[in-house]
Amino acid sequence: MSIEQLGITVLWSFLYGYLIVASIDFGAGFYAYYGRISGTETIIGPVISRYLSPVWEVTNVFLVFFFVGIVGFFPETAHYYGTALLIPGSIALLLLAIRGSFYAFANYGVKKNSFYLLAYGTTGLLIPAALSTVFTISEGGFLAVRGNEVLLLMEELFYSSYSWAVVLLALSSVLFISSTFLTYYAARAQDARALEQMRRFALWGGIPTIISSLFVFVALRNHNLEHFQRALDIWWMFGLSLVSFVFAVWLIWKRKSYGIAFVIVMLQFAFAFYGYGLSHLPYLLYPYLTLYGGVTNPAMGRALVIAFVAGFVLLVPSLVLLLRLFLFNARYVKGDL
Amino acid sequence: MGTVDWSRGLTEMTLAFHILFATIGVGVPVFISVAEWMGIKKKDVHYSLMARRWARGFVITVAVGVVTGTCIGLQLSLLWPEFMRVAGNVVSLPLFLETFAFFFEAIFLGIYLYTWNRFSNPYIHWLLTIPIIIGSSGSALFITTVNAFMNTPQGFTIESGKLTNIDPLAAMFNPATPSKVAHVLSTAYLTAAFLLAMIAAFAMIRGRKDDYYRKSIRLNMTAGLILALVTIGVGDMAARFLAEEQPEKLAAAEWHFETGSRAPLVVGGRLNPETQEIAGAIEIPWALSLLATHHPDGMVVGLNDFPKDEWPPLYVHYLFDSMVGIGFYLLAVPILFLAMLWLKRWNAYNRWMLGGILAGGPLSFLAIELGWFYAEVGRQPWIIRGYLRVSDAATTNTHVSIAFWLFAGLYAVLGIVCLFVLVRLFHNKPAELELETHRIIL
Ligand code: HDD
Ligand code: HEM
Ligand code: HEM
Repeated sequence: MSIEQLGITVLWSFLYGYLIVASIDFGAGFYAYYGRISGTETIIGPVISRYLSPVWEVTNVFLVFFFVGIVGFFPETAHYYGTALLIPGSIALLLLAIRGSFYAFANYGVKKNSFYLLAYGTTGLLIPAALSTVFTISEGGFLAVRGNEVLLLMEELFYSSYSWAVVLLALSSVLFISSTFLTYYAARAQDARALEQMRRFALWGGIPTIISSLFVFVALRNHNLEHFQRALDIWWMFGLSLVSFVFAVWLIWKRKSYGIAFVIVMLQFAFAFYGYGLSHLPYLLYPYLTLYGGVTNPAMGRALVIAFVAGFVLLVPSLVLLLRLFLFNARYVKGDL
Repeated sequence: MGTVDWSRGLTEMTLAFHILFATIGVGVPVFISVAEWMGIKKKDVHYSLMARRWARGFVITVAVGVVTGTCIGLQLSLLWPEFMRVAGNVVSLPLFLETFAFFFEAIFLGIYLYTWNRFSNPYIHWLLTIPIIIGSSGSALFITTVNAFMNTPQGFTIESGKLTNIDPLAAMFNPATPSKVAHVLSTAYLTAAFLLAMIAAFAMIRGRKDDYYRKSIRLNMTAGLILALVTIGVGDMAARFLAEEQPEKLAAAEWHFETGSRAPLVVGGRLNPETQEIAGAIEIPWALSLLATHHPDGMVVGLNDFPKDEWPPLYVHYLFDSMVGIGFYLLAVPILFLAMLWLKRWNAYNRWMLGGILAGGPLSFLAIELGWFYAEVGRQPWIIRGYLRVSDAATTNTHVSIAFWLFAGLYAVLGIVCLFVLVRLFHNKPAELELETHRIIL
């Protein structure tokens, strides 16, 4: 594997990690808020807070890792994306900032404040919508490049059906991933009422997820035929994604092995996400920037890869420790600790 | 104001806000660790309670540190794309390492906060503070090397407009790195000592009498004495580094125009920029030469050796003098306090002493801001000294002013709500109350 392929694989994997952990977090925020206004807070609230509290900061680092890493491995991206995304990027940052800090305020500081929870719940849906537009922009057609200037064509973006399809997919995926995870977590906590509620969300959430992903395919065909064709070349990845989806929903429907069901949901998104990424290559930004044109120099590339391997050796055991203490520790999950 | 000015303004604002929380993030874990350890070792609930209370406030400030840090991390690409294009090629290694340090810290902080009573051996819980300290101090180290690179860039050559011969390690360990990293770390620890002492002093001024507060002040003032000494020593090292590698920054801070030996140190005063005459200042003969070279005959380069369009703004003189002044204040307070404590002739916890300690908190944060503004404004007009001017590195996007106001609103809200939450947290639960409930448990 060349440095640029290695680099993008590493970064894409971290983005996938973010997709999963952040979806759980974003969706949980939404469900927590829903619980408060629908008066069912006491059912799902404790489950959500027991899972979220120890891990929220870790979630954020996944994202930071991605955007620091991409500028490191592919400095040219700073020029294009950095210039174009000033306003959407700032808005996403604003939402992330409100969300992160208000979570801490509500959780460690003043309890029982509906306003904090509202901020936390709504940003959970707005952030994925904002972040997902970066994928849309990467398909090309939304930037105007004049010399050193890079302009984002906001109007094109707003009237594009592809852009809305992606937003829809992002939102439904967040709710789906989150509810399947919380179903599993509630089952482990042996909290029957929370389990029932989350299971219902998971089953209902599956429907828009699958519809909007089909919608994305159709819209992609109209928007970027080249990418669509490449996606068809690896149709089996998307096929496997669909199979995983059906299997996972079936398990949850049958009230069987919620843990395995969640792992299969992770697989479903892995197939789709890596399939999307693979067919997107070699472009980082259609049609201006490819993997090979944008990569850093070999010396830095090597240094980053070495740093990455060393960092990984440090991180994996620590993450395993975190998960063992909080996710796979039955007594903690039940709230006995 | 043009795009460059707005970008500058936004960068300044974000960093000036972030550094308050980042400093707490670097400094306070060290004291949490020390207090928890002393609590276990001496079997003293006071210290254990200190660790818990500090940790509780700490998470809230960490949250704001994390979100503002995320802002500055992305803003570097959004506002300075051309800078990041170069930096991406030459110094992305420490930026990348910084995220690993955060990761490490975030994981163990999550574990630390939720395992107070989970291990039968209390030292295991205490051990968790070590990776937190490594992570936060490590991230300060890495980010500071990036800033050091901006001041004394090396590790690459430019041939016909292209970067070649890139050496990531040389870029990271540039001449500015040792003094900068040491100064940033020692001042973060020093500031944390004064912040925590300030809280205890405030409670005592308000009439609280428990031994808890006395122990807290004693612990923090002892640490403060050592750290203030180290800070002044390292500050001197930073000044000597400047004299050697970045003389225009030191000369601007000292209003030193003509290169020469036996240079005097100028404190305060007013400058006439046309004639370069200084009025109303205290001049200490030879002192600048002594400071910069450790020799009264030492040569100190003056500003007139540089083209005028490469001079930093001369108001940095006041920033530098105020920072140094605060440095000596932060040394005087612990000396006085510990002397009174040791001589036992006077009450070391009298109102005046407590007031002096109280003032040390905001003053040390002020010194952090002054130091950074001096270091950053003193680098002007360069973003990468000698290679890239600030005006050539800014974004071409014309909407920066909108982003500026968005973030101004955000920081105002975060700052106010954070203060409000912290005050509520400690006001509703004074240490005495917690001690009582603890003793019932014991
Ligand atoms: C509590 C905070 C604090 C205190 C008491 C001091 N400093 Fe400081 N100083 C900083 C906080 C700081 C800082 C915020 O950490 C800076 C900004 C950038 C940096 O590297 O450190 C800094 C920068 C800085 C620089 C510029 C370094 C550069 O740009 O490369 C010099 C020369 C000094 N300091 C010197 C001193 C001296 C001689 C002090 C003696 C009393 C002193 N500082 C006290
Ligand atoms: C956290 C403490 C810091 C503070 C308070 C601070 C303050 C400032 C200020 C006042 C400026 C504007 C200077 C001017 O335009 O006159 C500035 C600019 C800048 N700083 Fe810093 N800085 C800090 C740390 C850093 C670090 C660690 C980095 C690099 C990793 C950095 C990168 C920049 C950049 C890219 C600019 C814009 C270009 C420029 O105006 O020179 N800063 N900062
Ligand atoms: C241009 C300059 C800077 C950038 C790009 C930056 C970036 C960041 C980011 C991305 C975070 C959030 C990390 C997370 O998600 O956990 C953060 C937090 C933090 N930063 Fe900064 N930072 C800068 C300046 C500084 C400086 C100058 C210091 C120290 C002297 C510092 C120390 C910290 C610390 C200790 C945290 C605390 C959050 C925690 O405890 O996890 N940063 N910074």
